[in-house]
Amino acid sequence: MITTTDLTKVYRSRGREVTALDGVDLHVREGEVYGVVGRSGAGKSTLIRCVNLLERPSSGTVTVAGQDLTALAGRGQRANAALRQARSRIGMVFQHFNLLSSRTVRDNIELPLEILGVSGKERTRKALELLDLVGLSAQAKAYPAQLSGGQKQRVGIARALAGDPKVLLSDEATSALDPETTRSILQLLRDLNRQLGLTVLLITHEMDVVKTICDSAALMKGGRVVESGTVSELLATPGSELAAELFPVGGEPSGPDRTVVDVTFHGEAATQPVISQLSRTYNIDISILGAAMDTVAGKQVGRMRIELPGRFEENVVPIGFLREQGLQVEVAAVADAVDSDGLQEAAGLAKDGAQ
Amino acid sequence: MSWSEMQPLLSDACLDTLFMVLWSTVWTVVVGLPLGVLLVLTGRGGLLQNVLVNKVIGAVVNIGRSIPFIILMVVLIPFTRFVVGTSIGPSAAVVALAVGGIPFFARLVETAVREVDHGLIEAVQSMGGGTWTLVLKVLLPQALPSIVAGLTTTVIALIGYSAIAGAIGAGGLGNLAIVYGYQRFETGLMVVTVIVLIVIVTLVQLIGDLVARRLAPRGTSRAQTPVRIRLPWSARTAQEATIAKP
Ligand SMILES: Nc1ncnc2c1ncn2[C@@H]1O[C@H](COP(=O)(O)OP(=O)(O)OP(=O)(O)O)[C@@H](O)[C@H]1O
Ligand SMILES: [Mg+2]
Repeated sequence: MITTTDLTKVYRSRGREVTALDGVDLHVREGEVYGVVGRSGAGKSTLIRCVNLLERPSSGTVTVAGQDLTALAGRGQRANAALRQARSRIGMVFQHFNLLSSRTVRDNIELPLEILGVSGKERTRKALELLDLVGLSAQAKAYPAQLSGGQKQRVGIARALAGDPKVLLSDEATSALDPETTRSILQLLRDLNRQLGLTVLLITHEMDVVKTICDSAALMKGGRVVESGTVSELLATPGSELAAELFPVGGEPSGPDRTVVDVTFHGEAATQPVISQLSRTYNIDISILGAAMDTVAGKQVGRMRIELPGRFEENVVPIGFLREQGLQVEVAAVADAVDSDGLQEAAGLAKDGAQ
Repeated sequence: MSWSEMQPLLSDACLDTLFMVLWSTVWTVVVGLPLGVLLVLTGRGGLLQNVLVNKVIGAVVNIGRSIPFIILMVVLIPFTRFVVGTSIGPSAAVVALAVGGIPFFARLVETAVREVDHGLIEAVQSMGGGTWTLVLKVLLPQALPSIVAGLTTTVIALIGYSAIAGAIGAGGLGNLAIVYGYQRFETGLMVVTVIVLIVIVTLVQLIGDLVARRLAPRGTSRAQTPVRIRLPWSARTAQEATIAKP
């Protein structure tokens, strides 16, 4: 639905150059919720603004719903009629809502329809219908300043949907909201995604947002997409940073001569009581050091850190059993007793050096 | 001088002042408003960014604002004669007042329009809005309360200028105060004239504040503009204070 190929954006100001996007290839499938995460300054906002060409990319192409927007756009700052037409089919919601304080809630939602040249009667009908959809029928005549943050964002979403878009872009739409309100807005986005088949591309810095509603996610660093895929694909990728951040597990071994293993659950295996099977089959005691499990897109996924008695060499068979069950198993380095010996030696050396 | 002698003089002067201020205000808005908007649009990062046009308009506005009004009037004499066929009287003064008021108001409009949150522009662009949509549906409506406040200041400044316009025989209250009060030592008439001016200026300010407040978006803590009494000759400094305010 949204495809960017080799997208770059270089900002030039007073001789200084900032490469905000450095060859971004993104592919968002129709009907999915796609999350982009990354540190501040990673280029997330620049990327999403390039998708509807609010920001002109320096090079590369953007295709939305089969239409190459970069080819539509004329040169220079001003958007030509073809690009404006295409933009009206892409909804966008903003962190700070960006509602016109001079207009009532209903009139705010009518604005995109005015731009599209819809007649007055039809505009009103559509606006009221959208208000109903986002659960704000009672506030039609209120002004934005009289609404709470969550209500404002609902208006923002209703306004973005006025042009019957196929695609919704959201730049940190919940970052200015409290956790409770965030949940309700995310739920609304999820519902819209399901009911209207809306494709959603959202930017966030909260892993929870990705966990709650995203089908796929991408991690950006320094203007590049370093990881991307569906949530279960990411979980299945050994060493995936996104998976580790989505499902962070911690916990130290309880003593020497223990093997610490990180087990990732995704797909079918997640429905089996694997840990107790392991315990019974090999008659070993297993401690759970930490776990992060969740239901993502209706499937049980997550990671768990468990501790097995004995060194790694003694646990080769149980670990093999876990792998046979279709689980992804990584032996955590912290378990190695040699490591802690090494640390003590190093500490001793440092002391010697000080004397 | 008795009140019955003063009255016809005062009512004539009032009508002249009203005539001058009204028409110069009309022209100031008609020309100054688009000019102010254009200053923002052609400015850096503006929707119609154009350095050359921006520099030219900016320079013209600055020159217009920096020339003292009395000199502006003299410089404009040939132009005034060309436009209204005469260089004396209230109609001639309207030309000079408008030329003085336009750059004054244009800068105030520019400041007001520049204050509009860039996020709103972006939001409307993302809906497919073009430059006209942005100006008519975002910039002007959002900036309207500030523009009205700027217009109030401009009208008060024009009342002040119109007193100076008396020097080219334009009549009006300012002229009355100078000719009778200063030159003929009719202190009584001068005091009355000044009182009338104070009342007019206060009324303009009150109405302006009221309208600006009515237009302020509902539900916000409306900008509490204290009602100030400004004397016509202090209009310029009052305006400068408004400009200096961030
Ligand atoms: N208009 C601009 N001019 C110059 N540099 C810019 C501009 N906009 C963004 N940048 C730079 O581009 C880089 C990426 O910015 P961007 O806003 O896309 O980051 P982000 O990932 O959205 O960050 P955040 O999470 O803080 O919103 C930053 O280094 C920023 O300084
Ligand atoms: Mg950002």
